[in-house]
Amino acid sequence: MCTMIVKQVQIEGSGKGAAGWFTVHQANVSYDHPFNAPMEHALNIDFVNESQGPGARVAVELTVESARSLVEAILAVLGRAGTGGYLEEVPRS
Amino acid sequence: MYHTNMYEGMLAETVTVQGANGDAINAYFARPLGAGPFPGMVIVHHIPGWDEWYREATRKFAHHGYAALSPNLYYRDGHGTPEDVAAKVRAAGGVPDDQVVGDLEGSMRYLRALPYINGKVGVFGTCSGGRHAYLAACRVRGFEAAVDCWGGRVVMAKEELTPKQPVAPIDYTKDLSCSLLGLFGEEDKSPSPEQVARHEQELKKHGKTYEFHMYPNAGHGFFYYDRPAYRQQQAVEGWSKIFAFLGTHLGAPGK
Repeated sequence: MCTMIVKQVQIEGSGKGAAGWFTVHQANVSYDHPFNAPMEHALNIDFVNESQGPGARVAVELTVESARSLVEAILAVLGRAGTGGYLEEVPRS
Repeated sequence: MYHTNMYEGMLAETVTVQGANGDAINAYFARPLGAGPFPGMVIVHHIPGWDEWYREATRKFAHHGYAALSPNLYYRDGHGTPEDVAAKVRAAGGVPDDQVVGDLEGSMRYLRALPYINGKVGVFGTCSGGRHAYLAACRVRGFEAAVDCWGGRVVMAKEELTPKQPVAPIDYTKDLSCSLLGLFGEEDKSPSPEQVARHEQELKKHGKTYEFHMYPNAGHGFFYYDRPAYRQQQAVEGWSKIFAFLGTHLGAPGK
């Protein structure tokens, strides 16, 4: 099924795509058909920079369980970094 | 039916067609090399994009005697690999229904203008393409047959409607202007067997000509040999149903 369940979030950072590193401006998170993962639906994340065309994309397609684990891992790592006073909050440009 | 002592040739190439709002878009076109006449088929790609499977499917129709045209519904969204472009469209919530219907009408007109068409044109699609094929068959005059393979979101809840998809295709059923073939899998979640039954009810209510086949042990996308959803037996039978249906409604395939 094409769920069309998608959320876009503005981000800042770098991603490494087919043509090397590029600045990422947006993450597109969807729960829909993956292109490669052997599942009918996956939690898909595309890190993109639309100003550089559709090819500026770093893609992952995750199982639901993996996606939840990833969210937990990110929050846990940020939590530990925050506790240790390491977080560098960069003002959004 | 191909026999081993027959000559067979095919032309397959990218062409430009006039789509919605008069926009020029590209399309993949395949036809047998004989004099025809050939029935025409508009081949509507799925949400994973204008990809290799759809090129193969377009050539498959040509092999079976059809002049087949698969428009790139994502043409306006930029160029790159089919996956990258489709990912961009997925993030944007798909393409507008009105635009797709215009592109499919333009493709149908392109085929009708060819000198070797037998005067009949059908439309085929899978997944979102099945939904789009149904929409076009309801909203455009000029198709003689439509094939909807597991098109999800034909039945839509009010909260699923968006500015790009403002009307559930089922609500156009009264305007369906040609015969319809539907192939579905019992294990599919969208369309679920309940949604297919609801669609069927609506077709009956309006006295439409249709045949639906619901395959056991199959889910969504059971024709896709490159995906785990592939079901060999159901796929072979499904293709056979499609060509039998088109033979009935579009006349004899060309040579």
